[in-house]
Amino acid sequence: MRKIKELVIEKSLLTSALITIAITIGIVLVLAIEAVQFFSEVSIIDFLTDTQWTPLFTDKHYGILPLLSGTLLTSFIAISVALPIGLSISIYLSEYAPKSFRKTVKPLLELLAAVPTVVYGFFALIVVTPILQQIIPGLSGFNSLSAGFVMGIMIIPYISSISEDALHAVPNALREASFGMGATKLQTAFKVVVPAASSGIIVSIILAISRAIGETMIVAIAAGQQPRLTLDPTVPVETITAYIVQVSLGDVEHGSVEYRTIFAAGITLFVLTFLLNTLSYRIRKKYQERYE
Amino acid sequence: MAKEIEINMETITEQIPGKLIDPSLKKKSKIEVKDVKVWYDDFNAIKGIDMNIKPNTVTAFIGPSGCGKSTFLRLFNRMNDYIEGFRMEGKIKINGDNIYKKKVNVEELRKEIGMVFQKPNPFPKSIFDNVAYGLKIQGITDKQLIEERVIYCLKQVALWDEVKDDLKKSGMALSGGQQQRLCIARTLAVQPSIILMDEPTSALDPISTAKVEELIFKLKEKYTIIIVTHNMQQASRISDYTAFFYLGELIEYNKTKTIFTNPEKQQTENYITGRFG
Amino acid sequence: MNNIQKNRLKDQIFKVWGIGCTLFALILLAFFIGDILIDGIMRIDWAFIIDLPSRKPEKAGIYTALMGSIWILFLTTIIAFPIGVAAGVYLEEYSKKNRLSAILEINISNLAGVPSIIYGLLGLEVFVRIMGLGASVLAGSLTLSLLILPIIIVATREAIKAVPKSIKDASYALGASKWQTIWNQVLPASSGGILTGVILALSRAVGETAPLIVVGALAYVPFAPESPMDDFSVLPIQIFNWISRPQHGFIENAAAAIIILLLITFIMNGIAVYFRNKWQKKLK
Repeated sequence: MRKIKELVIEKSLLTSALITIAITIGIVLVLAIEAVQFFSEVSIIDFLTDTQWTPLFTDKHYGILPLLSGTLLTSFIAISVALPIGLSISIYLSEYAPKSFRKTVKPLLELLAAVPTVVYGFFALIVVTPILQQIIPGLSGFNSLSAGFVMGIMIIPYISSISEDALHAVPNALREASFGMGATKLQTAFKVVVPAASSGIIVSIILAISRAIGETMIVAIAAGQQPRLTLDPTVPVETITAYIVQVSLGDVEHGSVEYRTIFAAGITLFVLTFLLNTLSYRIRKKYQERYE
Repeated sequence: MAKEIEINMETITEQIPGKLIDPSLKKKSKIEVKDVKVWYDDFNAIKGIDMNIKPNTVTAFIGPSGCGKSTFLRLFNRMNDYIEGFRMEGKIKINGDNIYKKKVNVEELRKEIGMVFQKPNPFPKSIFDNVAYGLKIQGITDKQLIEERVIYCLKQVALWDEVKDDLKKSGMALSGGQQQRLCIARTLAVQPSIILMDEPTSALDPISTAKVEELIFKLKEKYTIIIVTHNMQQASRISDYTAFFYLGELIEYNKTKTIFTNPEKQQTENYITGRFG
Repeated sequence: MNNIQKNRLKDQIFKVWGIGCTLFALILLAFFIGDILIDGIMRIDWAFIIDLPSRKPEKAGIYTALMGSIWILFLTTIIAFPIGVAAGVYLEEYSKKNRLSAILEINISNLAGVPSIIYGLLGLEVFVRIMGLGASVLAGSLTLSLLILPIIIVATREAIKAVPKSIKDASYALGASKWQTIWNQVLPASSGGILTGVILALSRAVGETAPLIVVGALAYVPFAPESPMDDFSVLPIQIFNWISRPQHGFIENAAAAIIILLLITFIMNGIAVYFRNKWQKKLK
């Protein structure tokens, strides 16, 4: 009796764990099936090379490049903000700050990542853009600069917290060896500690990039809805995620090509983030082995 | 090598589930080990050991670190089962039944064979709940019986007078020596006939160690005790028989007095005189 | 200035820069919150909470969206909590080191990195269309449950890992079965950590917008949901909708609703941190 009970419990726990695999299979199947149907109507070459994305207009073009460039542009701006600030914070907190300061500041910084993204969208559109408009005349009301900047603030804790953990895990003996040779804290930090924690830092950066690429609400609210192949941060663009939101808000018939565009866009996004996540997972595994 | 040491004098009494019975009236447990080998993946940790253990004695396992004595001890209540890569050959019979047969209910076995660990490991629960835990998992709900048993066991380990006023206090709040005695009480509550002790005093101060040793001496009347120890004086103080292990083999097994005064093997002598280990 | 002095100066400069960056991020956070408070606090009154949506900003309230969020929170908890904890327990206590466990681990780590909007696409096809649930509270909750499942699983595993092995050994040695040991020792000892993870995951779910938009949650719902099969809106979608309107009154409404949303999020985070601290002290 007891054996049977134990077995039933184990199997139901296993089933719960297997649900996670079902989710992945579900995601891949859903995206793939709709995307395959999409590509039976739209050539994959056009999809990858056409420089216009106008599925909702009469003159239809299905080139993903404008959405991709919008995604990469906003993400690039975000990383340019988050990387130097996040990394500096992590080095400061790990190598310079008093313990009590570190203990209070870290959770506060993590609040930045806990704020719902729609709130950041509000901030980018209503507060940051008007301020930037006073500095940069001709800045459009919707633009990638403001959206990217605010997104950068949002992902600071991804970089600062994970990097700080990695820096903190570096054995003190290494630091002492460096101090013992007369190095300053700064020299020790950059020449000894940061290299020793490099894989952890790289993981944090990849995660932050992946997060930026998948971010939706900030760009949907503040970056605009005009797919455009440009590197100009002052004009409206549209990201992959913002496009999916745009279509979801509208009235697009199920089974139409327009409906399937969101899955084609979705699979592009999925592949992009999947590659980044796999990369970070690999690095993390390798790094764990080294310290164990 | 004294392999076939006399066993017997069995006084068999049926155990009434849930009833408090004097362990001295319980079935005597004779242990027979036949050609036991253990591997962890490719590593051969135990290389073929035969051994018989007498009831109501204290048997000490000694030997340098990594000699396999702890692994060997944990075979008796099948605690190695959870280690990945663990593989075992040979037979261990307790009262004639091979405990490594497929049919054996491991949980039942462990009620019969208690264990005390190297570091005191009370549950993060009250003192009372710590001792009552083994009864509760057996499905015993009779409150009065549980209470009686808890008090009896705490008295057995001479902890009762120290804790009787705060049984609700967390077991973790006790001192190290008290914690270890609590762990022994917890083991007694399940009414085992054999108690395995894996370096039970290695984390304790000398005064606490003395108390635990005294306790072991007293428990011997009612239980069969096997104790792994690093401390040679301890082995000579408390045990009746001593087994010396080296590199996964049983080198010598005899009366403690013989082992410490007149060992047969050179290796044993080298170890107990501190020439290596 | 010699070399050593130069190095010391650089050291000091970096220190100031590091403090500057930290303060910059914190001050921005304070500025965000302050600005939103100024924009929205005057708008919050009891009527704002209990009013139905309206085309006139001064008459509009968040009642339906708030109720939608509460429904979502409730259903997501009862779906994701048991599954997530069960999967975490399986991975930490039962699974052996083999192919399956390796696949499960990589898979969960990957799922945690999938953008939330992709979960929306999954929910749209599977729950809304194939299972025919429509754009209901249930479909939305199921979608968010999948989204936060990896977070709960990872938190459960971490919490269980922190339980000392000696406690498990002691329980087994007393004749407890595997499940008895998990139920009586492992889960109670890890409950604080698990709770922390679950609350953090739920606070994430409360703030999610994109997947629910994709699933088809509406910006305008005249009534609060009364059953899992009803249409719904949630606070973040209501906020998004108000931000997209040109009239200034709606911006004020958005700020006011944001204050409520932030309050919920921060309170949940606060509770989570409280549980974590209490738990970590207990484990020591």
